Amino acid sequence: MLETLLPILIFTALALAVIGAVRRIRLWRQGRPSRVNLFKGLVALPRRYLVDLHHVVGRDKMISNTHVATAGGFVAAAVLMILVHGLGIANPLLGGLLLLASTSMFVGSLFVARRRLNPPARLSKGPWMRLPKSLMAFSIGVFLITLPTVGLLPEGLLEGGSSWLLALVLAGVVAWGLGEMFFGMTWGGPMKHAFAGALHLAFHRRAERFSTKKGGAGRSTGLKALNLEDEAAPLGVEKPADFTWNQLLGFDACVQCGRCEAVCPAFAAGQPLNPKKLIQDMVVGMAGGSDAAYAGSPYPGKPVGEHAGSPHGPIVALEGKALVDADTLWSCTTCRACVEECPMMIEHVDAIVDMRRYLTLERGKTPNKGAEVLDNLIATDNPGGFDPGSRLNWAADLNLPLMSDIKQVDVLLWLGDGAFDMRNQRTLRALVKVLRAAEVDFAVLGTEERDSGDVARRLGDEATFQSLAKRNIDTLAKYRFLQIVTCDPHSFHVLGNEYGELGGHYEVRHHSTFIAELFDAGRLTFAPWKGGSVTYHDPCYLGRYNGEFDAPRNVLKALGIEVKEMERSGFRSRCCGGGGGAPITDIPGERRIPDMRMNDVKESGAELVAVGCPQCTAMLEGVVDASAEVRDIAELVADALVERSADDVSGASRRTTASTTAEEVIV
Amino acid sequence: MQPDLHQKQQQGIDVAVLVSIGRHPTTGRARRAEQDARGLELALAIEAELPGTRISMLHAGSQDDSSEAALRGYLGMGLESMTLLEQPEGSDAILPLVEHLAATSPQLVITGARAERGEGSGLLPYALAEHLGWPLVNSLASVEKVENGVVTLLQALPRGQRRRLKVRLPAIISVDEAAPVARQSAFGPARRATFAITTTTSEADSELAQWHLAPARKRPKRLKIVKAASARDRFKAAASKSEGKGGQVLTDVTPEQGAEAIYKLLKEEDVLR
Ligand code: SF4
Ligand code: SF4
Repeated sequence: MLETLLPILIFTALALAVIGAVRRIRLWRQGRPSRVNLFKGLVALPRRYLVDLHHVVGRDKMISNTHVATAGGFVAAAVLMILVHGLGIANPLLGGLLLLASTSMFVGSLFVARRRLNPPARLSKGPWMRLPKSLMAFSIGVFLITLPTVGLLPEGLLEGGSSWLLALVLAGVVAWGLGEMFFGMTWGGPMKHAFAGALHLAFHRRAERFSTKKGGAGRSTGLKALNLEDEAAPLGVEKPADFTWNQLLGFDACVQCGRCEAVCPAFAAGQPLNPKKLIQDMVVGMAGGSDAAYAGSPYPGKPVGEHAGSPHGPIVALEGKALVDADTLWSCTTCRACVEECPMMIEHVDAIVDMRRYLTLERGKTPNKGAEVLDNLIATDNPGGFDPGSRLNWAADLNLPLMSDIKQVDVLLWLGDGAFDMRNQRTLRALVKVLRAAEVDFAVLGTEERDSGDVARRLGDEATFQSLAKRNIDTLAKYRFLQIVTCDPHSFHVLGNEYGELGGHYEVRHHSTFIAELFDAGRLTFAPWKGGSVTYHDPCYLGRYNGEFDAPRNVLKALGIEVKEMERSGFRSRCCGGGGGAPITDIPGERRIPDMRMNDVKESGAELVAVGCPQCTAMLEGVVDASAEVRDIAELVADALVERSADDVSGASRRTTASTTAEEVIV
Repeated sequence: MQPDLHQKQQQGIDVAVLVSIGRHPTTGRARRAEQDARGLELALAIEAELPGTRISMLHAGSQDDSSEAALRGYLGMGLESMTLLEQPEGSDAILPLVEHLAATSPQLVITGARAERGEGSGLLPYALAEHLGWPLVNSLASVEKVENGVVTLLQALPRGQRRRLKVRLPAIISVDEAAPVARQSAFGPARRATFAITTTTSEADSELAQWHLAPARKRPKRLKIVKAASARDRFKAAASKSEGKGGQVLTDVTPEQGAEAIYKLLKEEDVLR
């Protein structure tokens, strides 16, 4: 009896899975077109899955191993089962392998079950709680029905009149497992992540994030430009169908593991954002319906079940409620912690900025000080609305060389908008002192420099960003330099990663990287460190965005400082709360992000926190009753400088870090 | 429901908002003028309150790229189009505006109190009122209601005082910093909006041509002489509003008497010699 029933079950499940797949694909295809090389993506899929994805998943060894056993066992079992029981190729070798695969899957499912016993708050419950049982049903069922194939049980055991009941029970168990695994994969059960996840990896919109056989994984963190020339092209994302199809596919890949939720500073601060819920809301919008079935932590302060949407309905309502509220989108600091942690490589920040673009460009609804800052950027080229002619006032006594006078240098020092801020001016003065001590050939743009456009872009004002960027690119095109050095990681990121798409290609260095190079080249000498214990706060735009974790630590080491690392440091560093225009839009929460970060500092026991970003400095120094002092790396370096003896200078100073001069490169 | 809706439609009024090209105080870049934008904001508030209200926006001036960008700043507040009464640079804006307003006869005309470039004398609303023979209310804080051809207004007086006025339409109102701040201008709507360009009779502003224009300088402030013994007294003196001493409040006087009093003061202060 089973021999007739099994193929029917298997092929019905497969057919339903195919129908489901077609329906799911149609949901994704509601999105806007996106250029993806389908074939190349599919070919790259195994590598992306086995290498890149497992780098991320592997940060949690337990889950990684569980997943290998369960998923690997399932894929093998599924293929073998189709051969053995579906097509009836009942050879004992295949049968044996099938037993092995289902056993592995069963062991995996035990671990899945264990994790579900007392799940952490970040995990979604609901249908996910039944998944371990379904996995067990499938693996046990397959195991049992395969025993006769390899002769461990007599062939006829399940054929006799008395055992039809047993056979029926077995068939039921198998059907349950098949249902969850095949049918659920494409119809929206927890196993959906396997189908959508695989295709998401293949058709990911940032293919550069993955490694290839030729080289390591590239970072792809720059936002993609909007086409402003084409007046018919939509400005940002108003409704779920305005996302590109592969973005929608990406949302569907989410496994609701909540790793993004666990690292999100806005969520921890009790602001109304939870990246996991946001992604789930996008799935709800794409399929249509309400968020009532969501079974994880909500947006802090917002009950579940009040929001609903549809593919062609607005995401943010003009009045009342739609899929998400605007304050959810404005809570994000664009720190990318969620993207870094996500095992499915989902791009939360892109989605958030896409939706912000619509709110700002089409609706003129940038909250709180947002509109004022954007107006200032338009009228004065700096967010504070200061007189652009006063950009160099702080350096009146420093006699800084100007690009407009000398036209050609090794290093262009990009000041950033910290030039208008008294605190950051101290950092800049320190940096100038260091550059002079190392006899670096540098100059500044002075009043020709404009805001890099970072804030405008994160606030969704792509038009102002592009206007600033294009004018900056035109200015830079007038001069010759080998590299740009800046103490602002936001300018660093934008100049280095986002100007390229608009035609500006530069070699940009953060001041910590540059100082580390100067030290290595023997051009700086430091007095030994006499201060207390020091920790280092990684700025998101330097660390996670650009992968620069070592240089600042090397500089501190060169100063004789042994860094006391905070628990969240490096790629897991917690945001200071200053990115993405968050201090401007200022969405209220229960706590402040910088306070939490200062608390991290306190827990490390350090008396001083070294930073490398004007924004971080401002945010951390704004903490009341802080236990640690905040100093920029440039300041620490400037304080430790020792005059070198005359021989030293003649020996080392002519050695440049770059082996060529500007003239040789460009002429 | 149909008649009801009709009634509501009937309640709406025609509002004309006059806008000029502004000038950013620190960089001098062209932009939407602060007060005019507040005027448009006021009109949009009336529209939201009073369904069926139609807003038309008017600008008299020449058309070029930088002025267009500035004017689109107003359009980005949510208007689909505006009327541009085209005239060469340096022309007097009053005549074409009067002609246009007389021809289109809106019930309410809203302007800013003064322009940010050119003479910036603040005379335009008065000149319009004189030509059209309409009442003018300046320094408007808000429009409370419009009913049966009468508008109830809140006028801002110094030191946060407000005065409620009822004015029969048509009327001209001018706004300054007392009116609510203008909403953000959005790029998308601004880019899509259109200009209806009308050529007008224009007359060169001969008076303006004779003027010598120079950037305004901050006028020196009169020093408050504080004889304070302690820091607390100094702080109090700095924080308190100076009580107008020796001033005179004139109520219920004829315009002639008022003018005389002002003239006398100007003489005393050596402003007029
Ligand atoms: S980028 Fe940072 S703040 Fe924004 S959702 Fe992700 S973790 Fe949260
Ligand atoms: S978005 Fe990524 S990290 Fe967040 S719950 Fe989904 S799969 Fe997990």
